[in-house]
Amino acid sequence: MTDLQLNDILGKYAECKREYLIPILQDVQEAQGFISKEAVQIIGKYLNLPSSKIYGVATFYNQFRFNAPGRYIIQVCRGTACHVKGSSNVLDALQRELKIKAGETTRDGLFSLEVVACLGACGLAPVICINGEFHANVDNAKAYQLIKKLIKESKVEADNVKS
Amino acid sequence: MIKIEVNNKTTEAKPGEYLLTTLKRLNIKIPTFCHIEGLNPSGACRMCSVEVEGIPGTVPACAFPVYDGMKVQTHTAKVVNARKTILELLLSNHPDDCLYCVRNGNCELQTLAMELGVSERRFYGEKNNHKLDTGSPAIVRDPAKCILCGKCVRVCEEIQSVSAIEIIGRGSRAYVGTAFDEGLNISSCINCGQCINVCPTAALTEQSYIMEVLNAIHNPKKVVVVQHAPSVSVTLGEEFGLKAGTDVNGLMTAAMRKIGFNFVFETSFSADLTIMEEASELAHRIKTGGALPMMTSCSPGWVKFVEQFYPEMIPNLSTCKSPQEMLGAVIKSYFAEKQKISPDDIYSVSIMPCTAKKFEAGRPELSNSGIPDIDAVLTVREFAKLIRMMGIDFKQLEAEFPDNPFGDRSTAGKLFASSGGVMEAALRSAHYFLTGKEMDNYIVNEVRGQDGIKTATVKVAGQELGIAVASGLGNARKVIEMIKSGAMNVHFVEIMSCSGGCINGGGQPLKACTEDIIQRMKLLYKIDKEEQINVSHKNPSIVRLYEEYLGEPLGEKSHHLLHTHYHKRDVMI
Repeated sequence: MTDLQLNDILGKYAECKREYLIPILQDVQEAQGFISKEAVQIIGKYLNLPSSKIYGVATFYNQFRFNAPGRYIIQVCRGTACHVKGSSNVLDALQRELKIKAGETTRDGLFSLEVVACLGACGLAPVICINGEFHANVDNAKAYQLIKKLIKESKVEADNVKS
Repeated sequence: MIKIEVNNKTTEAKPGEYLLTTLKRLNIKIPTFCHIEGLNPSGACRMCSVEVEGIPGTVPACAFPVYDGMKVQTHTAKVVNARKTILELLLSNHPDDCLYCVRNGNCELQTLAMELGVSERRFYGEKNNHKLDTGSPAIVRDPAKCILCGKCVRVCEEIQSVSAIEIIGRGSRAYVGTAFDEGLNISSCINCGQCINVCPTAALTEQSYIMEVLNAIHNPKKVVVVQHAPSVSVTLGEEFGLKAGTDVNGLMTAAMRKIGFNFVFETSFSADLTIMEEASELAHRIKTGGALPMMTSCSPGWVKFVEQFYPEMIPNLSTCKSPQEMLGAVIKSYFAEKQKISPDDIYSVSIMPCTAKKFEAGRPELSNSGIPDIDAVLTVREFAKLIRMMGIDFKQLEAEFPDNPFGDRSTAGKLFASSGGVMEAALRSAHYFLTGKEMDNYIVNEVRGQDGIKTATVKVAGQELGIAVASGLGNARKVIEMIKSGAMNVHFVEIMSCSGGCINGGGQPLKACTEDIIQRMKLLYKIDKEEQINVSHKNPSIVRLYEEYLGEPLGEKSHHLLHTHYHKRDVMI
């Protein structure tokens, strides 16, 4: 995100009032995909709020992300139905396989792992959603396969770009 | 006044005050974790729950205003049980490593668990696994021991206006952390340690250097010298059960020798040295049109505060090193030459009321060809621990005197311990430097006392000198803003990071109340009144140091050894 884009967002909130913090953060995330340190500092200067306070507010809500999201955003549903059908195992398996925790992104920038409360597809439990696409009845084996498939897919993409 | 009934006794209360204030005045002991005297209540911990007739359940006394005719019960079975349960819930995810904890024996959580008769674990909570933050040279943060009372966050924001830490996340996953979970060492933390002073547990402690010091003492190759800050003798006694406001200068010196320090020096001596340089610098700036107002630079928390929040004010900071660093510099030069010891073989320890001094000692610019001016800094608390560790019965010691050549001090140097003290000491000497005559009365009442911001106009050599004194960085921020906006027009500004000055520093004995701070301050004024040498320029050791070694204030040698410079810091503010 450029400073210009950020200034456009801040410009929408001409009054520097702290109650605009959350709308500003939402706009920044929409434009940038996440809330960066740089953005927090600029917002802080604008609203006269310390960075720690902004981070404190932003981490209170599940909706904000603090790392650039990966090429594939994997959302694991941890709602009641999925929980009963074993979604915590799926989450564990993904965390082990990707070597990241929920809320983080792999170093190669390929995968982001997120936990969501309910995807509204309880009949398909346990369900995960990758870049908006739902995958039903996921167990550990299926989760591994999905990840392998995506890694392969991204390699093919990369090769295509090269050639 | 209104009438309320407490435990079936009618008593008076001030309208509008919080119930806890009334109960404290009545000497009824109510436990608290989150309450901070003088700040708005947060009502976070609920330990101060009491029963009020007509209100179901319990109410937090700290956040509940009194009203006429209210009937309060402070220790019913229901109330005591509620407090005990709250405490047991706080303990449910606590590490339970009291035996191995820095605050063992001095922990509010532990004490209250004992007082409320907690004897078994009723609740098992999921332990958090946030990382220990040991990166800072001054402060260690252990989130596992945090009970989320929030006092550190409020002190950092409301008193110091730094806001390095905040409650991050929510619910059972909440913890106290910095912006983007950066370590304290690279955050906007100014290392003042006020968070440690309010922390009820060991979630915040100083970075300890006790073992390094002990190892140096038992290293036959090292000459270990120790200096103690002006405020240390004023507060150390409290660690050994003496009343606040008891001077233990002689006993402390004896204890230092017993521990094995080879030389004992007074930082008050180098406070005098600071005054020689700083008063001269002020006179020089006024005469030559240098950056004014000149601001003191003795308080390392304040220096970092300027570097990160007000870099444009850096030219206004005095270039003088702090007394700790000045003494460190002359120990490893003048003293080393005099004693024919290589600076490499000297291990220089300082006992400070301050955690930021640990950070200061590590500043690369405060070293001479790679050899740091100061090797290790201990807080008053650590020093008390060291005394106990060495099996010394403090109260049975006999008073001793410090060593030459840095053992003499004026009372002006001693006053550095209190807010306003540097100003008073500087004015006394500046008057002499500018007029060649001593002040009629050395006492400058306008800069004494507990107020957060003190201002005055004094006449020196026919010239009106505007002065301002602030303690607590929230007050310092106000002063800077006033200066920048033109609302305050002064020549000299003294800032101390901690409210009241070093006597309330982040390395001082814990659990000091406002009254204790007042007693410490009074003791300093008493010392100033009773002793004979009241001005820095009459300290015989200072006179000798300039004659034998430094030449004159602001001279070439002084410039090299006693002055420094500061840089803008890029941290997340």
